[in-house]
Amino acid sequence: MPARTSWIPYALIAPSVIFLAALFLVPLVQTVWLSVSAGEGLSLENYRRMAGDLNFALAVKNTFLLTLVVVPLQVVLALAMATMVTKLDKGRDLVLWVLTIPLGISDLAAGLAWLALLQNTGYLNSALYALGLIQGPVGWLSQETPVALFFAIVLAELWRATAIVLVILIAGLQLIPKEFAEAAEIFGARPWTRFTRITLPLLKPSLQSALILRTVLAFEVFAVVYALGGRNFPVLAGEAYVWQNDNQNYGVAAAYAVLIMAISLAATAVYLRVLRTRPEQLP
Amino acid sequence: MTTTAADLTSPAKNRAMALPSARRLLLWTGLAVLIAWVLVPIYLVALGAFGGRLGVFRWPKSIWPTDLSFAAMSQFLAIEGVFNALLNSLIAAGLTVVFSIALGAPAGYALARYTFRGQNAYRLLVLLTRAFPLAILALPLTVSFIRLGLYDTPFGVSLIHTVLALPFAALVTQSLFMGIPREYEEAAWVFGCTRFQAFIKVILPLALPGLAATAIFAFVISWNEVFAASILTVRERTLTAYLLRILAESPLHYRFAGGFILIIPSVLFIFAVRRYLFAVWGIASK
Repeated sequence: MPARTSWIPYALIAPSVIFLAALFLVPLVQTVWLSVSAGEGLSLENYRRMAGDLNFALAVKNTFLLTLVVVPLQVVLALAMATMVTKLDKGRDLVLWVLTIPLGISDLAAGLAWLALLQNTGYLNSALYALGLIQGPVGWLSQETPVALFFAIVLAELWRATAIVLVILIAGLQLIPKEFAEAAEIFGARPWTRFTRITLPLLKPSLQSALILRTVLAFEVFAVVYALGGRNFPVLAGEAYVWQNDNQNYGVAAAYAVLIMAISLAATAVYLRVLRTRPEQLP
Repeated sequence: MTTTAADLTSPAKNRAMALPSARRLLLWTGLAVLIAWVLVPIYLVALGAFGGRLGVFRWPKSIWPTDLSFAAMSQFLAIEGVFNALLNSLIAAGLTVVFSIALGAPAGYALARYTFRGQNAYRLLVLLTRAFPLAILALPLTVSFIRLGLYDTPFGVSLIHTVLALPFAALVTQSLFMGIPREYEEAAWVFGCTRFQAFIKVILPLALPGLAATAIFAFVISWNEVFAASILTVRERTLTAYLLRILAESPLHYRFAGGFILIIPSVLFIFAVRRYLFAVWGIASK
């Protein structure tokens, strides 16, 4: 690293700073502003309308429930996948490619793929019918079957977004020196002990970023839900979309956006605190 | 899925440790289940996309491909607006690639090669974006975009998609340039190259594969984004926005055809960048 500071680095970062200021910071301030302004002057009218909406409580409940179920399952599933993949020597690249395919798949497409499986005359019902468990097509994704719809969305989310956790965890696992586990093995540590006492603590930074990324995205969940259940399963981002596009009420939509943002920031702060790593703990 | 997770930690696995072949069998069984779990929904949506109207309502369904035809797919592509939406998606994604590399790579280079005041503040700004629901912050942009004439254009959509892809591009290119020894560049200066020439002739060729991977990621980010694209367009919709809009009223086989078209590029792209995937995310998640 050269010691002298010149104008060059500033010229190099300036375009991106200007861009992010214009399209990240400005809309951020605008959203907050829009949410607290109704008619003339400041008011909490938009928030009152948001909270008074029939779907609001349901959307909050659904979004939280979905996040609380999906994110931990994804971490467990990704850890299992990562552990299995690292044990491979032959075919590792091929297996990894297949397992990471969903990384590139849009949430909308994921919802549609699971719709093919779970719709009334879909493959799940065909399989159940072949096994003699049902008599004819059964609906899983309607308002009358909220539990089944919830599980369908959980499945689609697990399918789509576990890959990103897997990739971050494998990238993290590659940074852990093999000697640690070998030393523990010599001292007689069993695989489970090695996993909980060595791998997991050293994986903390990766777990932290995977959790932040996934949780923020989970609170934005929207297209998967729409593809599978339409508006039968209200979620926060979906309500923001409806208020903006269908009701043309930008103020209430902004109030939803601020709420999602506040939840995301709070979750990030919690992760940063709970999973913080002191520099001396790094290998 | 939970069974495979449990298998890993159950005593059964410890017993299997003694028997390498049994353990191997267990491992491959688990992996086979996981691979099927990823591939089967893609296969089924493909069946739905090529099965046409009749295929969608056939009951009970067979998992084998029977009477598939391209007719269903070409019918879907012939619907008014679909081709245009596809085109808009490609334009928006292409512009996102150009913007995020053009803005992100210089920043990555600056972070890799210079120490300067405000470096940490910049890094914080970039990392900070990750804690925000970026697509949802596009809501107030509707108004400003209408005023600026950017509303309902692929260009406008690509701007907000660049916000998603740029932080990623800056961090990845930073480590990319850090991986290229600065001595190469200095040698070029000694031989009379200007800084710019040295970069173009020496550094760029070495960085090209990594830059290509970054570009592909930016493309996928834009291609897949639904929320911002949906609220910033009305007539010039991207494919995701178009599909979301017609979701309620379009027949199932059209939805599957749309889903299948959305999936195809992702599969190919992930294949193309598979060697960079872990390096890229190792860095981007720091």
